[in-house]
Amino acid sequence: MAEKCKSCELFDSGHRACGGCGASLAARLVTKAAGPETIVVSSTGCMEVFSTPYPETAWKVPWIHSLFENAAAVASGIEASLKKQGRKEKIVIMAGDGATFDIGMITISGAFERGHDFTYICYDNEAYMNTGIQRSGATPYDASTTTSPAGSHSFGNKRPKKDMPAILAAHGAPYVATASIAYPADLMQKVEKAINTPGPCYVQVHAPCCTGWGFEGEQTIAIAKLAIETGLWPNFEMIDGKVTKVKKIVRKPVTEYLKTQKRFRHLFKPKQQDVEIAAIQAIADRNAEKYGLDIKLPPKKE
Amino acid sequence: MMQITEGSFAVAEAVRLCRPQVVSAYPITPQTHIVEALADFVANGTLDAEYITVENELSALSACVGASAAGSRTYSATTSQGLMLMAEVVFNAAGMRLPIVMSIANRAMGAPLSIWNDMQDSIALRDAGWLQFYAEDNQEATDLHYIAYRVCEDHKVLLPAFVCFDGFILSHTYEPIDMLTQEDVDKYLPKFSPPERLDAADPVSFGMYATPEYYLEFRYEHDKAVKGAREIIAEAGKEFKALFGRDYSAMVEGYRLEDAETVIVAMGSICGTVKDAIDEMREAGKNVGLLKIRVFRPFPSEEVAKALKGAKCIAVLDKNISLGAKGATALEVKDALYGSMVPVLNYILGLGGRDVRKRDIKEIVARAEKGQGDQFYGLRTEVL
Amino acid sequence: MALAVGCRAHPGRSRDNKTGSWRVFKPVFDHEKCSKCGMCQTLCPEGCINEDAEGTFLPDYNYCKGCGICAAECPKDAIVMKQEEK
Repeated sequence: MAEKCKSCELFDSGHRACGGCGASLAARLVTKAAGPETIVVSSTGCMEVFSTPYPETAWKVPWIHSLFENAAAVASGIEASLKKQGRKEKIVIMAGDGATFDIGMITISGAFERGHDFTYICYDNEAYMNTGIQRSGATPYDASTTTSPAGSHSFGNKRPKKDMPAILAAHGAPYVATASIAYPADLMQKVEKAINTPGPCYVQVHAPCCTGWGFEGEQTIAIAKLAIETGLWPNFEMIDGKVTKVKKIVRKPVTEYLKTQKRFRHLFKPKQQDVEIAAIQAIADRNAEKYGLDIKLPPKKE
Repeated sequence: MMQITEGSFAVAEAVRLCRPQVVSAYPITPQTHIVEALADFVANGTLDAEYITVENELSALSACVGASAAGSRTYSATTSQGLMLMAEVVFNAAGMRLPIVMSIANRAMGAPLSIWNDMQDSIALRDAGWLQFYAEDNQEATDLHYIAYRVCEDHKVLLPAFVCFDGFILSHTYEPIDMLTQEDVDKYLPKFSPPERLDAADPVSFGMYATPEYYLEFRYEHDKAVKGAREIIAEAGKEFKALFGRDYSAMVEGYRLEDAETVIVAMGSICGTVKDAIDEMREAGKNVGLLKIRVFRPFPSEEVAKALKGAKCIAVLDKNISLGAKGATALEVKDALYGSMVPVLNYILGLGGRDVRKRDIKEIVARAEKGQGDQFYGLRTEVL
Repeated sequence: MALAVGCRAHPGRSRDNKTGSWRVFKPVFDHEKCSKCGMCQTLCPEGCINEDAEGTFLPDYNYCKGCGICAAECPKDAIVMKQEEK
């Protein structure tokens, strides 16, 4: 019998994620926050693949994977079914950035527009990692991926990160948040809040990928922290479309984050690309302004 | 109870009586009257279901996947372009062994765009592992929905099914139909009770992936289940007959077949026209018969071979074509008759809603008997 | 065991896969330095670090992949990665 068990491990050991995988930590923390009375819907991707090679499954909650682009539609059907059956389980979608920002846009938009009661967690490792590190709509500016490689004629990904939280807030999502595995308590709190808010809620979880970004697995948490501390990953909450809570930072220059990862190495070697780095700094500066990230001294009284 | 009603409405009513808990709907000509009728039922309290107005067909079937896995009887309907848009989910739902019933108001595939009837859409997905039923008239279209749910949900089957009926020709025509009552259907169709479902009380992982060590075996089991459905179809059909009088236990049906020298093989509404043409040809002294195929997947190879034993000449009508090869029914029939020296000729006709009349059937018989085939029948050479 | 219809499974079998065999480096826990904050348990991607009777922590070496996150994040530097003797 399923009991409310906050210290349960609902994502089992023996899964095949790379050592140090941010996404697997996200799976553990999200299921912990959600509890056993949860149905998880996964899209195709790293998390689905490393957790369910038949007959081994790491999921200790009911779980379903259908296709790459349709988790939100599958969840819509489950929600309708549970409603009809008078059941109280919560529905949590776990999808990567490729499934969310790109191929799943139609089904996500439809599901959010219809206002189904579920929580959509995007574990964002900023590329199509499972297929070998290809560029997605979540890939940051100038990141080198296999389909946006750095080279003599390219600085990598040409586009900034798509603003998924804003898009879903615009759909009327009552609760939208960004979170990071760097701050597990904050992440779990946000997941719990999303689950307990009726309607379609969205939490985008930063999940650094040592294999895809090019760093040692032990650095996963440290790098996730740097993303936040440089302003490149704003950590915030939105309630009914308005930003209500933001993690304020004493900002570090973006170079401290960029230099830790091979995917940005071309910005430093063979020579430092100041124009590109400045462009990335500008993104961080814009985030800081938009979300009020910087810890400011109180204004002088005029 | 006899009613004169539009095919689409009768189908919607049959679905209503099956008590689906979740209906997902995306509109596409010529299925729209079905989903509209169902919406009406929900809005007026005669259908107690969650009705999801999805944003595209891929979501329509995906929602059914979720609902079915969670333990609900579920329904959707589509055709042509919509069916192809959800093609990925069609394979997925079958492989996940979810007993979803979906109406297909058969319509031609674009390009070129056509809203009119032929069977290319459902035929194109015959490999996907769904059961496929084809209705001759609106009575069959209606009854086959009860049969489909009954067969699909059987624990020995656990497969989704297409119930196919010709778009416009059946969906938009009025025929006298014997509608069952709620009491009738409740007697025939038990409550949906899948062997497993998404449930926190007993967690299961659905839709895992299969490595090369397992995939072949999953496909083998799936194929076995499709082929094994023939027995459950027979059972379900026999029970239906006992309760309501109409017999759906056989996957094929002969019409004036016993002493027929020339046999027409066909599926769907064209069979009605063929039967009328046969009656007239018989009056004129010809020994012609019809073998109607009602279940296309699993393909009734043995039944077809047995039924065609006495034939001297076989004309297979196909409202579809595997471009660059032949019509799907002809290929299956030839396979069933492998080793026989009896000529089997294929006539591609009725594509994109081209009308087929009794005189066309008679002309086809004449051509078949002269060995004139395979061919596109009714080609307007003046526009080529 | 019979093939599960629809490619499904009940929980538990992932534990058949002893990912501890992946390790190159092994985390060694110094319980003297441990402040019992539980951060290692929270952050382990394998979920294989468990609290013992004394309230200190130890990984299940059957599953520990030796990723080093626990060592990197321990606020008391109570965990050290050592090359494993095989």
